[in-house]
Amino acid sequence: MTQTNRLQGGMIDRSRTLSFRFDGKAFQGHPGDTLASALLANDVRLMGRSFKYHRPRGPMTAGSEEPNAIVELRTGARQEPNTRATTAELFDGLVANSQNRWPSLRFDAMGVNDWLSPFFAAGFYYKTFMWPAKFWEKLYEPMIRRAAGLGSVSFEPDPDSYDKGFLYCDLLVIGGGPAGLATALRAGEAGARVILADEDFTLGGRLNAETHEVAGMAGHAWAAQAVARLADMPNVRVMPRTTILGAFDHGTYGALERVSDHLAVPEKGKPRQILWRIYSKHALLAAGATERPIAFENNDRPGIMLAGAVRSYVNRWAVTPAQNVAIFTNNDDGHRTATDLRTRGVNVAAVIDTRPDAPDGGDFEVIRGGVITNTSGRLGLTGIEVRTADGGQRKISCGALGVSGGWNPNVALTCHQGGRPAWNTDIAAFVPGSTLPPNMSVAGAANGVFTTHGAFHTGAKAASQILDHLGLSAPAPDLPEAEDGPVNLTPFWHVKDAKRAWVDQQNDVTAKDVKLAHQENFVSVEHLKRYTTLGMATDQGKTSNMAGLAIMAEVAGKSIPEVGTTMFRPPYTPTAIGAFAGRSRDKDFRPVRKTPSHVWAEEKGAVFVEVGMWLRAQWFPQPGETHWRESVDREVLQTRKSVGICDVTTLGKIDVQGADAADFLNRIYCNGFAKLPVGKTRYGLMLREDGIAMDDGTAARLADDHFVVTTTTANAVGVYRHMEFVRQCLFPDMDVQLISTTEAWAQFAVAGPNARKLLRKVVDDDYDVSNEGFPFMACAEITVCGGLRARLFRISFSGELAYEIAVPTRYGDAMIRKLMQAGEEFDVVPYGTEALGVMRIEKGHAAGNELNGTTTALNLGMGRMVSKKKDSIGSTLSEREGLNEDDALKLVGFKPVDNSKPVPAGSHLMTKGSQVDAAHDQGYVTSACYSPNLGCHIGIGFLKSGHARTGEVIRLVSPLTGIDHEVEVVSAHFVDPEGERLRA
Amino acid sequence: MRYSGFKVIKEALTGHRGWGPAWRDAEPKSNYDYVIIGGGGHGLATAYYLAKQYRQSRIAVVEKGWIGGGNVGRNTTIIRSNYLLDGNEPFYEFSLKLWEVLEQDLNYNAMVSQRGILNLIHSDAQRDAFVRRGNAMILNGADAELLSTEQILRRYPFLNVNNARFPIKGGLAQHRGGTVRHDAVAWGYARAADQHGVDIIQNCEVTGFRIEDGTCSGIETTRGFIGAKKIAACVAGSSSRLMTKAGMRLPIESHVLQAFVSEGLKPVLPGVITFGAGHFYCSQSDKGGLVFGGDIDGYNSYAQRGNLPVVEDVCEGGMAIFPVLGRVRLLRMWGGIMDMSMDGSPIIDRTHIDGLYFNGGWCYGGFKATPASGFAFAHLLATDTPHETATAYRFDRFARGCMIDEKGMGNQPNLH
Amino acid sequence: MMIDHPTLGPRDAAEFVYMGCASLINRPDWQAEDALQQFIDYGYQRDNPSGAHRELWFHEGGDRSWLVVTRDTVTHAITQVELARDVARREGRSK
Repeated sequence: MTQTNRLQGGMIDRSRTLSFRFDGKAFQGHPGDTLASALLANDVRLMGRSFKYHRPRGPMTAGSEEPNAIVELRTGARQEPNTRATTAELFDGLVANSQNRWPSLRFDAMGVNDWLSPFFAAGFYYKTFMWPAKFWEKLYEPMIRRAAGLGSVSFEPDPDSYDKGFLYCDLLVIGGGPAGLATALRAGEAGARVILADEDFTLGGRLNAETHEVAGMAGHAWAAQAVARLADMPNVRVMPRTTILGAFDHGTYGALERVSDHLAVPEKGKPRQILWRIYSKHALLAAGATERPIAFENNDRPGIMLAGAVRSYVNRWAVTPAQNVAIFTNNDDGHRTATDLRTRGVNVAAVIDTRPDAPDGGDFEVIRGGVITNTSGRLGLTGIEVRTADGGQRKISCGALGVSGGWNPNVALTCHQGGRPAWNTDIAAFVPGSTLPPNMSVAGAANGVFTTHGAFHTGAKAASQILDHLGLSAPAPDLPEAEDGPVNLTPFWHVKDAKRAWVDQQNDVTAKDVKLAHQENFVSVEHLKRYTTLGMATDQGKTSNMAGLAIMAEVAGKSIPEVGTTMFRPPYTPTAIGAFAGRSRDKDFRPVRKTPSHVWAEEKGAVFVEVGMWLRAQWFPQPGETHWRESVDREVLQTRKSVGICDVTTLGKIDVQGADAADFLNRIYCNGFAKLPVGKTRYGLMLREDGIAMDDGTAARLADDHFVVTTTTANAVGVYRHMEFVRQCLFPDMDVQLISTTEAWAQFAVAGPNARKLLRKVVDDDYDVSNEGFPFMACAEITVCGGLRARLFRISFSGELAYEIAVPTRYGDAMIRKLMQAGEEFDVVPYGTEALGVMRIEKGHAAGNELNGTTTALNLGMGRMVSKKKDSIGSTLSEREGLNEDDALKLVGFKPVDNSKPVPAGSHLMTKGSQVDAAHDQGYVTSACYSPNLGCHIGIGFLKSGHARTGEVIRLVSPLTGIDHEVEVVSAHFVDPEGERLRA
Repeated sequence: MRYSGFKVIKEALTGHRGWGPAWRDAEPKSNYDYVIIGGGGHGLATAYYLAKQYRQSRIAVVEKGWIGGGNVGRNTTIIRSNYLLDGNEPFYEFSLKLWEVLEQDLNYNAMVSQRGILNLIHSDAQRDAFVRRGNAMILNGADAELLSTEQILRRYPFLNVNNARFPIKGGLAQHRGGTVRHDAVAWGYARAADQHGVDIIQNCEVTGFRIEDGTCSGIETTRGFIGAKKIAACVAGSSSRLMTKAGMRLPIESHVLQAFVSEGLKPVLPGVITFGAGHFYCSQSDKGGLVFGGDIDGYNSYAQRGNLPVVEDVCEGGMAIFPVLGRVRLLRMWGGIMDMSMDGSPIIDRTHIDGLYFNGGWCYGGFKATPASGFAFAHLLATDTPHETATAYRFDRFARGCMIDEKGMGNQPNLH
Repeated sequence: MMIDHPTLGPRDAAEFVYMGCASLINRPDWQAEDALQQFIDYGYQRDNPSGAHRELWFHEGGDRSWLVVTRDTVTHAITQVELARDVARREGRSK
C-alpha cells in the first residue's frame, strides 16, 4: 500500500515516481515533494525524537521553521545531520535516517527520560551533579554528552565543493510570495536591477498553499506566471532555493543558494551551495509570517501540526496527514483548514475554537469556547480530549490535529542590526519596529498585513517609494484582485493547568518550565531563554518564542511587550559551515606563494616549508642522506668552505624614491640614514612608535633620491603599511613615494669564500666586483648575463663574503640555473631555510624569534643605534624606564657545558643554584641549532644583564621537554666575531 | 536554600514548588560601603568575594539591564591558564584554581569541565614559542604538555593531516583547561552573593558620578543617587563609555568579537582545540553544539554584531583543519563588545579619583579570568593594595614602559 | 561594510586594514618640553566614543591610500570619508 494519504491535485509531478528510503524502509513520492510530504503521503507521521525526553515526534510545519521532523539525510561522507524533512526536496534514491534514538525510532531506550521528566525540569543540572567534584568529567558529563546532541556527523571530509559569489542590485526582494512578487514586478518593469530570492524551490509563498484565487486564477498559477514574467526581464534575477541569511552593514546581505541539494550528488563541476554576498541599494523584506501553535497537554504527538501546515500539505502537496483530522484554533484561519480538508474529501472530526463567538463553519462541527485538555497515541495521534464551554469533556478520535494560534510576522531580518520589533495588538504579534536596517522596507505578512490583497498593495507601495529613491519612474500599478478578509483572532496561548504542555518542542521546554523560571527569578527574556533553553534549538524558536513570552507575561503579571523580545541573530536558517568557507579549505585554505626558483628547487628534490603564505626550500637532500641534519650540515659547511646559493626573494622589498627619501628613512629607522652615500647599503632597525623593535633589514642607496629597503619575510606587508602611514599621515608634504617591489625582483644570496669568483662569471664585465671596487655594504644597479638589468648588494646574513643579486622576477628561474651552472667549478650548493637559519644563528643575527614584538633595540644589543639627535618613530617612547632597566634582557649566545647536550629554543634560563621557578627566571633561548662548524648545539637568546655575564655557567631548563643542564654564556657571534670573512 | 541531588529529587516529587528565587531583586538603598557597577561575571564575582572572602558588607551590584547579559553570556566558554608572561600567568593560574573549586564554593553546578585545551603547532618558530610558553606555564605552577601529531591524532583522529595547507606539527596542551557553562557562572555568583547579603539591583543604569575635590562619593542612576564609600567599575566592553562620565580617557578601544554555535550534534570534539595558522578555535558544549570563534572584526564598535568577512574567515579556518564539519550547520552568530587594551592585558587598579576603582581591559580573555578578577578586585577594594597575582595590572604600566604584551603587537588594540 | 573611497567609489571594507583613531595623525613634537608625556597620551589614551568616530583605514587591497573615515560605532553608518593626507595637511602636518 503506497501513498495512502495522497489526495487529488497539488503541485507535484505525478508523471514521475521517485523512490526513497527512510530508516531503511522503501517509499515512493513524486517530484515536487519534500521528504516530509512524501512520508506523510505514505502515512508516516513519526519522523524524529525530541532532544531531552526523546518524545516521538512528527512534522509540525511545512517549512524551514520545523522543530521536530529533523533527520540525517544521505549517507556516507554526504551525511547531513539535523536536516529538516519539511524542506528537503525529494530526489530519486534519497536515503534518510532518524536520529537521536537508540536502537530505533519506534523503540528508543532513551525514552525513559520521558518517565523521569519530573527530575529533569528546567535548570535541574545547575543544582546537582556536584559531588564528588571529580565525578563531573569522569561520570556525569560523559553520560550527559552521550545523551545530548541531535544528529551525528560522518567523520569523513565533506566531498562537495562550495562557491562564493558577489551580486549587486538596486533592490533585493526577500521572499517570493504575493508581496515580493508584486514588488519585484513593479521594480523590474521600471528598469531597476532586481534580485528576488526565496528559500523555497517554488516561488509563490502562501499562494502555493492556499486555495485563494488571484486575478481569477488559482493563486499558484498566478505566481507561476509572475515568476515567468520576471524571468524574462534581463534586469531581474530570480533566485529560488536561496535563503537570505542576514542583514549586514551598508546594504550587504548574505545569501545561501542551494544549487545541488535537490540532487543525489551535484552535477560535475557544480558546487553544492553558493554563499552570495549581495550588495543592495534597497531591500524589501517580504518574508511572510510563521504560524504559531497553542500549548496544551501532550500537544507534541506525531500528527499534531500547525493548521496552515495542514493546508500546505493538502493544497500544495496533495497529502493529508491522516484521514480524520481535527482543528484547534483561536482564529478564523483554523476554519479555513477545515474547509480545505473537506473540499478534498478528508473528514474533519471537529473544529475546536477557543472563542465562544467563533463563526459558523460549514459542513463540519465547531466546538466554540472549547479547549483540548489531552491527546492520546504514543507514536502517532489517535485522539483528543476536549473540554467544552460548559465544562463537559469529550473524546474525539482523529489521526491528525491542525493547530492555529495566529501568525507571527517574520521580522528576524529587521532585527539583525539591533532593531527591536513592536507589538501590534490587532494581530497579537510583533511587527517590524521603527528602527530597520538602513534602506530596508517591509511589506505583506512580514509587516503584519495578512491578506493577499494587502500583500499586493503594501508590496506595490514599497516598490513605488524605492523607485522614487532610485530616481526611476514607475508605471501605475495594476494589481490583481485577491482576497481581503479581516484577521479575526482572540489571543490564546496555552491551556492552563496542563501537566505538560510543550512550548519549545525540540528542546522539550514546557509551560511549567517557563513558570519555574519565573519562580526562580529568571524573568527577563534572556534569562528565560538561557535558563530553560527555550528558543535555542535548531529552529531558533520560530514556533516557540511567542508562547514562551506570553506565558512569562501571564505569570509575571505584565504585558507581552513589557516582558520583551529576544534578539534575532543570523543566519535566518542554519547554514553549512562548508558554505561559509567556500573553496578556502584543506590545501586551498590560503593561497600559496612560490619563489622564482620553486620549479628548479622541485627538480632538485628540495623539501619545502611553509613560511607565511610562501613555500620555501627548507633543504636539498642528496642521494644517501637519510636525516635532514646531514643535508643541512652539508649545505652549511660547503657554503662556509666554498659557496652556496639561497633564494631570498621572500624578503620584503620597498622602493623609496623622492627628494626627501633620505629624510624619510631617517624617520623610519632609529639609526641615521641621511648621510648614507650613494652606492652604499646600511643595516637599519625600525621601531614601532612604542619603542619596541618592529623589523630590521637593509636600505641601499642607489641614487640621491632612490633607496631600496628590505624587510623580513614575515613583516613585508606590515612594514610597507607602516611606511605609508608615516608618509601619508605624519609627513604628508615629504617628497617621497613608496612602492612594494617584493614580487618584482627575484633575489638570491650568494655566500661563501668563492662567492665573488662565482659572481664574476655572471656579472657583465663593465662592473667591478672586486673587494676594492665593490666593498662590503656596497650596492649598485648592474647588468648580468650580457645586459640583463640587475641589482647587486654586498650584504651578508650568513657572515660570509656574500652578495645578494636581484633580477626581474621573470628571469628568476633562469638566474638560479645560471648561478648554479657558474658555480659548478666551486662545487656550489643550494641551501635552504634551515642552513640559512644555522648560519645566521652562528653569526648571531636577530630574526623573527628575536624580533618577537616585545624586544627593544637595547635587548637586541643595539641600544646605541637609537639616535637621540633626530626624531624617528619610536625614539621617544623607547626612553621609558621599564624599557631601560639595569638588568634588561640582552641578546647573548649559549654553548652547552657538555658538548653532547642540546640548547633548545624555548628553554628558560636560571642562575646556577637558584630555585627553578618563574620568580627566578633569567631569560629564555630564542633560536637554536646544531652548529656543524663548532661541532655542538648552540643557541642565542635573551638573558638578564646579558653580556655582563659572559663566561658564566647558567642552568638551562625546559620542564616541558624534560631538559635541565648547564650552558655557558658566550657572545652571540659564534663564527667570525671580528667580521673578517664578510669583508674579505 | 542549598542545592543538592536530594533536593532535586524531593522537589521533583512535590511539583517543584519549593524552589525560591536564585537571587533577590533588590531595591537600591541610599548608600552602601561598596557599589559595584556592572552585573556581569566580574562584577558579581567581585561582590561575592568581597562579602565572603573579605567579610565586607553593605555591598550593591548595579546593572543597567539584566545580570549576565554582557560578555559572560556571550563568550565561547573557555577556561585556561596557558599564558606566557609573568604579569599574566600567575593570575590566570590562580583563576583556574578558583574554577576548580567554584561549584562546591558556590553550591551551583556551572559545569566546569576540564576537558583540556590544545593549541596546534604548524611551524618550527611556533613550536619554539610554544615551548617557551609551556615552560613559563610550568614554572608558574600550571600544567602543560607538548604533544606530537601522533598523540593529537589519537584524540582527534579526523583532523586534516593529509591535505592541509599548514600541516600540523604538534601541539601544546593544557589538560586542566576546558569549558564552563557561561551563563551559570553569572547566576551562581549572583545567587551566592545574594546569600551573603549583596543587593543585586537590575535595570539601574549609571548616568553619572558624584565627584568633589577628587573624591567620588556615589553614582547617579536611573533609579536615583546611590552613595558609597568605594565605587568599583566593572563593565568591560563599555568601560570607556562609563568612565567618560568620570572624566577619564582609557587605554582601551571597544571592538566586536563574533562567536558561533552549530546545531546540536552527537559527540564530535572531546576538548577545546585551536588552529595555529588561522583564526579558529572550537569546543563542543554538553548540549551538543559546536561553539567556535576566531578573530575580532577589527574596527571600533559598540554594536553587538559583526560582518560576513570574519564569519567566512573563521569557517575557512574550521574547514582547513576539520573538513568533516562541512555539512554541519552554523546555527547562530552573535557579537560581544571587548575592551581591547593597548597591550592586550587587563587593568585592575585604583583611579586617580579617590573612592573610584576600575576593572576592565579584558580583551577577549575576560571569561576565564572571572573568578580571579573578582577575587583580585575584591582584594583591592577591601585592602587598597593589589592582589599578589594582579600587581602588574596597573594604569601606569604604559607610562612606565612595563607593558604585558603576550602577542607582541604593541599599542594597536585590534591586533591583540 | 562599504567604504566610499574619495577617488575610487564604494569599496568593500574587506579590502581595507583598520588601524584606529584618527588622532594618531597628531603625533607630538619630539622636542616639546613634555614630549614623553605627550607621546604616552598619544600612544595609549583613546576617546573610544560610542557614536561618531574618526578612524584610519588603509586601502591595502586597493590604491594603498590611508583614509580618515567618520563612522558611527553604534550603527556603523559612515558619514564621511577623506584622504588621510588631506586631513593631515589640514591639521597642520607637513614634513
